[in-house]
Amino acid sequence: MTPSPSDPSRRLAGQVRRYSHGSRVPDWDRAADLQKAPAVIPDLATTRVSDELREAIEQYMSRYPDRRSAALPALMLAQKVHGWCSPLAIEQVAAVMRLTPGYLSSVATFYDMFETEPKGEHTVYVCTNISCALRGGDAIYEAMVEAAGDDPRMNVRTFECLGACDIAPMASVNGEYVGPLDEADCRQIVDELTSGRPVLEHKRLRDRPSAIDLPMGDGLPTAGRDISNRITASGNDVAGPKDM
Amino acid sequence: MSTLLFYDEIDKPGLASLSTYHDIGGYSMLRKALDMEPQAIIEQLLASNVRGRGGAGFAMGRKASFLPKGDMDKYLVCNADESEPGTFKDRELMQKNPHLLIEGMAIASYAIGASRAYIFIRGEYMHQADVLDAAIAEAREAGFLGDRVMGSDYSLELWVHRGAGAYICGEETALLDALEGKRGNPRLKPPFPAIEGLYQGPTLINNVETLMNVPHILRMGGEKFAEIGTSGSTGTKVVCVSGCVRRPGNYEVELGTPTRDIIYGLAGGPPEGRKIKCWFPGGSSAPVLPGTDEYMDLPFDFESIAEAGSMLGSAAIIIVDDSVPIVDVALKTAKFYRHESCGKCTPCREGTNWTVKMLERIENGQATPMDLDIMASVCDQILGNCLCVLGDAMAMPISSMIKHFREEFEEHIEMARERNGLGAAIPVMNRDERGPDRSAEYSAVGH
Repeated sequence: MTPSPSDPSRRLAGQVRRYSHGSRVPDWDRAADLQKAPAVIPDLATTRVSDELREAIEQYMSRYPDRRSAALPALMLAQKVHGWCSPLAIEQVAAVMRLTPGYLSSVATFYDMFETEPKGEHTVYVCTNISCALRGGDAIYEAMVEAAGDDPRMNVRTFECLGACDIAPMASVNGEYVGPLDEADCRQIVDELTSGRPVLEHKRLRDRPSAIDLPMGDGLPTAGRDISNRITASGNDVAGPKDM
Repeated sequence: MSTLLFYDEIDKPGLASLSTYHDIGGYSMLRKALDMEPQAIIEQLLASNVRGRGGAGFAMGRKASFLPKGDMDKYLVCNADESEPGTFKDRELMQKNPHLLIEGMAIASYAIGASRAYIFIRGEYMHQADVLDAAIAEAREAGFLGDRVMGSDYSLELWVHRGAGAYICGEETALLDALEGKRGNPRLKPPFPAIEGLYQGPTLINNVETLMNVPHILRMGGEKFAEIGTSGSTGTKVVCVSGCVRRPGNYEVELGTPTRDIIYGLAGGPPEGRKIKCWFPGGSSAPVLPGTDEYMDLPFDFESIAEAGSMLGSAAIIIVDDSVPIVDVALKTAKFYRHESCGKCTPCREGTNWTVKMLERIENGQATPMDLDIMASVCDQILGNCLCVLGDAMAMPISSMIKHFREEFEEHIEMARERNGLGAAIPVMNRDERGPDRSAEYSAVGH
């Protein structure tokens, strides 16, 4: 059944930009009924949840004495399916976990890795924290934004320390750590992502030996080292804490 | 040649697989532990005097001995939410030698009587979490985890729990909240997690590297282990050197090794023609120390670094060379804590925000030297006034920067004002009469 044009969820869907990955998920733009109270646990009998998602969440729930503990992994699973923590994704998780959507929204807005609005399918976190910034992390971020251009499939954002300062400046590309990066690598990352090839295989952290076995470098950063904090209007660092 | 516990074979091919780990004697210490009384293991930990490797440096044996004895639901949680800027040791250890962590956790769980254990790993470490998942599956298959571990009466369930990107979850009570599926807000202490932690049960929380020391302690014996390093800081430490050095990376050293040997010897020192302006000895939460000889000669251990006015923290050394303005470093640091503050306690939520605003005033040429005093007092108001130490972790480095580099801050203020056409904040003729240096009054360092 198609919602009428006056249906609030229909209006919301009209405002939400569509992405290739979003369109592939059945009903991705349909189910959020914003008139429903967020404090009511959705009924699993009437909420459409794919069997794979439900079983995966239930498996996580079985690992803990309290099912609520599975909230983070469950939201992450739903985000993978829907591309972001959409109202529908949250409703599906809420129905399986028997929690309220309001509660899950509060959790999803707390953590940086949950996207609370539609984003491109290829996630690039560029570390701009102190250790990477000292070696040119801010310039890498700018180069990455430029390389991505306005491609809607790309989700480039700054991120706080990713715990890989030995390969600074670095980025996490769909979860794969690569570095040390220079500006030419940014172009290559975008090309390889959009054509579906593996990303920067020669610079992957997972294959790197421990530092003592590496030659001594000259220590000079590969990119500009201006860390004067001009980058403020990006990803997750707009006006202070994400939600207060 | 100093003792190496973790890095002598870290690049051995296949070390992450159970068969290779078993071949080099892996899980023999778990066998040995299961034949011991739990209390005897805690005695060994106490004798080893091994201190927590995550940041606070609390003795692991003492923490374990705080847990109540008896039959109840107890938990072991491994803190693998390594988010302190500059720290990346646990990442390499978990990825390359996951079974050592699993064995350490199994021994520690047996010692405290926990039947469930969780590894809380930060969500960004996807590859490392996959490695751990695979290793746990292997260990369970081989009977080192699960029902009746190695044929004994002891059973242990161990799971990896992935976080989702929040620095605050490295704080132990916030970590417990995140593990319970809530927003990661720190809890009021006491009760400490050893009494009331995960699901209100007694919980032991330790860092990855700390737990990886446990099999080594059993193998060598606590007293023998205590001979490595110094008397107050026993054992080895994986030091993460990053920033302006020629070869950033993880280096394992005995605690008490001269700092110069680590920074200049192992990591190669700053690039050609540059000098060290300052360095963070223990991640970006530690007060900075200047790069002078006096500080380079410090033995790298918990006590010496604390005496010098900083802290060993997670032993993440970040080197800042003389080409980087200190105001930029301060602003970068403060912005990180502003972003990561969970917002529960006012001093931290507001203090980090206003510190950033004041540093931006300096950068934009709107500040006067009085702003430095205000900033130092804001930092002072944060210290010790919150549920957790996230606010302190910003206040300490910022006030140490003002303390050590006040003149550079003032120069930066004047230069930025000039650039802005605002005129000097202090007339040049009065520069020498700016009054007494009040930074010591506000100094967080050395309290």
